[in-house]
Amino acid sequence: MVDAVLFEFLHTEMVAELWAHDSDLDPGPGGQKTSLLVLEGMGFRVGQALGERLPREMLAFREELDVLKFLCKDLWGAVFQKQMDSLRTNHQGTYVLQDSSFPLLVRMGSGLQYLEEAPKFLAFTCGLLRGTLSTLGIKSLVTASVAALPACKFQVVIQRS
Amino acid sequence: MAVCVAVIAKENYPLYIRSVPTENELKFHYMVHTSLDVVDEKISAMGKALVDQRELYLGLLYPTEDYKVYGYVTNSKVKFVMVVDSSNTALRDNEIRSMFRKLHNSYTDVMCNPFYNPGDRIQSRAFDSMVTSMMIQVC
Repeated sequence: MVDAVLFEFLHTEMVAELWAHDSDLDPGPGGQKTSLLVLEGMGFRVGQALGERLPREMLAFREELDVLKFLCKDLWGAVFQKQMDSLRTNHQGTYVLQDSSFPLLVRMGSGLQYLEEAPKFLAFTCGLLRGTLSTLGIKSLVTASVAALPACKFQVVIQRS
Repeated sequence: MAVCVAVIAKENYPLYIRSVPTENELKFHYMVHTSLDVVDEKISAMGKALVDQRELYLGLLYPTEDYKVYGYVTNSKVKFVMVVDSSNTALRDNEIRSMFRKLHNSYTDVMCNPFYNPGDRIQSRAFDSMVTSMMIQVC
């Protein structure tokens, strides 16, 4: 239980720290983008390590959908102690993962207050998803959107070359 | 007791390769390289067969007159190849499996190390010492 709390605090501090420095470098949208990229990059590296560690005792994944189900159940369970609420797909490489009460946003409030601040707190998790997918052999692009706190949607688009 | 251990990345280049009799290393490198074909064959065969279980341990890849080569593939398509002395008949399947499990655990630790960039050669001393403990003691 304690690990979840520690991670939440650490994550909040990471976002706050990056935003504090960001106003020194480049006020305006440019600086903000760098901070978001940094957060996403951190999430990516953590995702790569988790992608190696979590499926260890599991049998090999048979197809893409199995990997996405692993993300929704096992990855979310390990990092946020709950499972993703819904997974939808258009069967053409786009998946939408919905979480109706995302643990990193739950503390901020419910409803439309703080809607503009929410994307900062999702960047790390987008990177996390992208990193885990990359270790498991899937190149993807992950974006997040919030309609009303604390529900959020992660959209995963598989890049096939 | 292994004679040669290799960790091959997803893109089929070696991340770590070490053999014990350090002269004639090239022969082992060549064996590992040819065994990659067998590994690929087994992986694609697994994908097509309608088997419910997909195991990570691939088993004996191919035997030569002096050596036997075993393989193991992880979910991230990183392959472990181990060359074992044929004369050592006391080595059972279970022991090979446990050696691969130890390798997988150490590799996961290397991956989680923030100073390691995925895709680089493995230079971790902890990993080295684990592999040394698995290899044959020659003189």
